[in-house]
Formats: sequence, C-alpha cells, structure tokens
Amino acid sequence: MIEHMSTSKTEQKKKRKFLMITAICFILLILTFIFSMNTGANSQSPSEVFQTLIGNGDRQQHLILFEFRLPRIVLSVLVGIGLAVSGCVLQSISRNALAEPGLLGIHAGAGLAILMFVSFVPVGVLNSTYFTPVFALFGALFSSFLVYRFAHKRNEGLLPMRLILTGVAVQAGIQAAMIVLTIHLTPERYETVAYWLAGHIGTTSWDYILALLPWLIIFLPIVYGKVRVLNILHLGDPLAISLGTDLEKERKILIGAAVCLAASSVSVSGSISFVGLIAPHLAKQLIGSRHEYYLPISALLGALLVLLGDTIGRVILAPSEIPAGLVVAVIGAPYFLYLLTKSNV
Amino acid sequence: MSRTKNMTEQDSSQTIKVKTKSKPITGVLVLLIGIIGLIFAIGLSISFGAADIDLMTVWSAVFSFNGDLTSHQIIQEIRLPRVLGAAIIGACFSVAGAIMQGMTRNPLADSGLLGLNAGAAFMVAISLSFFPGLSYQYFLFFSFAGAAMSTIIVFGIGSMSRLGLTPMRLVLAGAAVTALLTSLSQGIAIHFDLEQDLAFWYAGDVSRATWENLEYMFPWVLIAFIGALFLSRSITLLSLGEEIAIGLGQRPTLIKIAGFIVVLILAGIAVSMVGAVSFVGLLIPHLTRFLVGHDYRWIIPNSIVVGSLFMVIADLCARMMNPPNETPIGALIAVIGVPFFLYIARKGGKGL
Repeated sequence: MIEHMSTSKTEQKKKRKFLMITAICFILLILTFIFSMNTGANSQSPSEVFQTLIGNGDRQQHLILFEFRLPRIVLSVLVGIGLAVSGCVLQSISRNALAEPGLLGIHAGAGLAILMFVSFVPVGVLNSTYFTPVFALFGALFSSFLVYRFAHKRNEGLLPMRLILTGVAVQAGIQAAMIVLTIHLTPERYETVAYWLAGHIGTTSWDYILALLPWLIIFLPIVYGKVRVLNILHLGDPLAISLGTDLEKERKILIGAAVCLAASSVSVSGSISFVGLIAPHLAKQLIGSRHEYYLPISALLGALLVLLGDTIGRVILAPSEIPAGLVVAVIGAPYFLYLLTKSNV
Repeated sequence: MSRTKNMTEQDSSQTIKVKTKSKPITGVLVLLIGIIGLIFAIGLSISFGAADIDLMTVWSAVFSFNGDLTSHQIIQEIRLPRVLGAAIIGACFSVAGAIMQGMTRNPLADSGLLGLNAGAAFMVAISLSFFPGLSYQYFLFFSFAGAAMSTIIVFGIGSMSRLGLTPMRLVLAGAAVTALLTSLSQGIAIHFDLEQDLAFWYAGDVSRATWENLEYMFPWVLIAFIGALFLSRSITLLSLGEEIAIGLGQRPTLIKIAGFIVVLILAGIAVSMVGAVSFVGLLIPHLTRFLVGHDYRWIIPNSIVVGSLFMVIADLCARMMNPPNETPIGALIAVIGVPFFLYIARKGGKGL
C-alpha cells in the first residue's frame, strides 16, 4: 500500500516535471518565433508583426510575413519535430545513444536523388519546387532500405552495430556517385544542390508544409501509440522477448516510421543532421527515458533547435544567410564527439 | 571475473598462434610479382593517352630522352610524373592504412573514413576563399594541415575514452568530424561561390602530380616509409594486443606516437596530392594480409608495392573508361571499396 502510494507520488512528480519542461519549451519556442518573425532583411517591430498577423498590416508587411517568414518558421518547427522523433525511435530500438537518421543514409540518399533530378531532368520539364521533395523522399527511402537490407542477416536479425557500419558504407558509396554527377553539372545548376546539401530552409512555401504535414499526421501517432513497446525495447532484447514482444515485427514497424519521418522532413528542408541526435539526448537528460514523456519533449527540443538554427543563420551574417543545417552541425558535431568519449561503444 | 580472465587469456594465446603465421616465401614472391607488375603497369599507363605512344617509345623516352621528339616530351613532362605520383600516392595510402589497422587493431581504419578527406577539403575551401591565388605549394600545405587536424581530432577523441579506439568509435568519430567539416566547407563554399571548385577537389585528381610537387613530397614519403619499416616489428607485436606487446618489452605509447606521426605524414601527403580518395588504405592492407600473413614486416613492404600497383591501374582505368574525359578516381575506387567495407562490417569487424 505504502509502496503503491510512493510510486504514484513519484509518478505525479514526474508528470509535474514533464508539464513544467513542456511549458518552458513552449515559451522558448514562442520567444524564438517572435524574434524570428521580427528579424530579417526587412526588420519589423513586434507590434507591427502582431498587427499584421491579425490582419491590420499593409500589403508589403503581409507579403513578407505570410509568404516568406511564417512558412519558413512553421517548416523549421515541423522538420525539427520529425527529425527529433525519428532520432528518438532509432536510439531506443538500437539501444545505441549515437544512432541518428543521417547515419542510416537518409540524407545521402535524398541528396543523390536531388542531384539526379538536377542532372537528368531538363529544365522546365518538371516543376522543381514540387518534384525535388518527391525525388528526395524516394532517394531517402531507397537508401535506407538498402542499408536495412545489407545490415540484415537471416539468422541474426538486425544488429544495431552492423546497421550503423552499413550506413557509413552506403553513405560513402552514395557520396562517390554524387561526385561523378556533380562534376558534369554547370555551376548554376549545382548551386541548388549545394544549398540543399547544406540544409538551407530558404526557399519555402506553404506547399512544402502541406507536403510534410500528412507524413507527420500519420507517423507521429503511430510512434506515440508504441510508447509501451519502445519502453520495453529500450530495456534490451532478452527482457523484451520474455515480456512477450514480437521483437522483429515491432522493430520493423518502428524503423519504418522513423525512416518515413526523417525522409519526409529532410526532403523539404535539405540535409540537416544532428538534430535527431541532440534533441533526444537533451530530452533524456531532462526527463529520463520514459517514452511517454521523452518523445514529446524531444519533439519540442528538435523544433526549437531547427528554428534557432535557421534564425541564427539568418541573423549572424546578415544580409547573407548561413544554412540552418550548418548552424546545427556546428553545435551538434562537438556534442556528438563529446558523447562519443563518454559512451561504451 | 576469473572466468572471463581465463577466457581472454585463452583467446589471446589462440590468436598468437594464428597471427604469428607469416609466410616469408609468399612475401618475397608477392613482392617480386608486384614489382614486375608495377613496372609493366607503369609502362602501359604511360603509353596510353590522347596521343598514342607505343611501349618502345616509352622505353626510349625514359632511358634515352630526346628533347626534340614531342612524344618524348609528353612522356617526360606529363605522363611520367603522373604515373609516378599515382604509384607513390597509392603506396602512401596503403602503408598509412596498414599502420592504422595494426596499431589500433581496427580492421576498418582508413584515411577517408576517418575524416582526413573532410579535413583537407575544409582547409582547401578556406584557402580558396580567403587566400585566392596562393601558389600551389601553399595550397598543398593547407590541405595537409587540414588532414593533420582531423587526424588529431579523431584519434584524440578515440583515445580519450577508457576503451580505446574500438572500430565503432573510430568510424563514428570519423563520421561526425566529416559531417561537421563538410558542412562548414559547404557553408564557406556557398558564401564565396566556390561550390564546384570544391566538388572538383573532392573528385580526386592524380594529374596534380608534377615533377615539382613530386620533388617536394618525395623526401618526406621516403622518411615515412623507412620509419614504417623500422616500426613494423613493433606494430606486429602491438597488433597482438597491448598487454602482450608490453610483456615482450615494447613501449606501446612510444610506438603509437611514432606510428601516428608516420600515418599523419603519409595520409596527409596523399590526400593533399590527390584529393578525396577513400578505401585504398582499407583495401590494400587487407589484401596483403590475406596474401602474406599477419607479420607487418612483410605487410608493409608488400603494401607499398601492391598499393602502388593498385593506384596506377586505377588511374589507368579512370582515363580509359570514357576518353577523353577522366572518371573521378575517388568514385572508381569506391566501386570496389564500398562492397568490401560492407563485407568487413558484415563479418562484425573480426578477422584482423
């Protein structure tokens, strides 16, 4: 009885902590949002922004906010959520603190697909705004499928370590293929690819958001519905099996969901790595590894990270812009290396 | 506890038995065949090109040079330095890979996978954007510095943990350093409109080897090779495990530092000369180990010969595949390298 009370007490405590962290994340997100709305080539004061948002601004203000800044901000947030949740899932199922969507070849595959689009589809045949994300999505799905196939052994199943090594190998192969295509391109055409590779959320529109939203709407609930499985998988294979989990099946579903989330995010945002690594880690340090809490917090942190990256990139060397992916990598890679020195791989 | 200790002892005694199996006769044989093959491949590579030159002319151009003949001039000024450069670069990559694999007992060690290429590319991007118009020697120096920088970061991070440089850790550190430096150089390139210049550097290009550059790098390479041969016995012992090496009177830290410097010089020079070429340092040592056994006194000299031969053939293929265009040599080697990497990764990193 006493024990029960104490567990429910810690449970309550945890819930309170979760709500508090969520609230703080939201506040930070909103602050960044306001800051991001105000800054840029054409600076506007918060009250002007507010006036425009409720429909009292002039046409130019309206155009800047609704057609340029707002979609960009919303897209950053959505991409951050997608990548962070994908990273969470991958880390939990591989029980490897260093797993990341980029390591599964998702970014490389999408990059190659975009390069192929730019190289082989003549200008004007297909609308590049709409079709590059489609190509990138297929590229990402294809390369992660390749990694999965190569890493999978019939009698041993899917070993996390092999998955990551295979990912590195496939990435190296894809990069070699990209080099061959790159040197045949004209500089102007290559520029699009270069921007994409650097993770530049510059040229965006509401259409991109509409393209990404369905993926998030479908796969986020699937992942969230599996929090119990994730909690069990996180404990280790033997325990998970003894608790009656169909390991292979659940793992496949979850990997599929993680890949779809990351691939769809990357296809609209460009290659942004390390978000799927940092956000889950910070979340775990803040709230622990109960997935009910851990998933939403990492989603929020991911959103915050990408939005901050994009905003910093716009501000720091204005008027020229630094791609968000670069900013995130500069923060993320040292953190990754730090984790590497601590981890037991 | 005691059981695991027992097991490791058993394991290591077993590995000693397996690993000390060296094959001197095969070693000499491979060395001889390799050298003959190398001479033949060099001749073939010189004779192939936009202007067709037969093997006899190649012979006379090298050994009785006549400055009035165009074909002799082409050979002396363009093709000979190029093919010699390819050979030396191949040898550099292979020996560096062999030493890394032996020292860290890591079957996946390779300069490209450890972030050296990205480091060099980063410094190339910096030198192209901030100091345009630098002379070629400085340019080489920059990329060498970049390669050295990333080597130090990757190995530093690897050895900072108590488990040492496990294959996984080395590969991950390399991947992270690559991701960071690549995005930084991508950013610099976008800012200064250099995207494709950098891409060309990445493609790898053997034609940068001119007599001048060769003269520049040759003494260093020679010193490093001698150092590598000098270290080879210690590396063999180190590859059996650190405790065993200590027990046999070796000083692992000293050997590692010396080996690291040799790797730095060789891989740094190779990367700065040829650009981003991966997998040579992975493939060749594995191949020679398969041929001559696990004794590094045989692996290293054989790696020099086999690596040279491999690179000369790769360069020849790159020029032959789609003339007059050259296929990027980095991509060509990756075609063989990626499946091989997958194969080793699938074996679970065993077999060293």
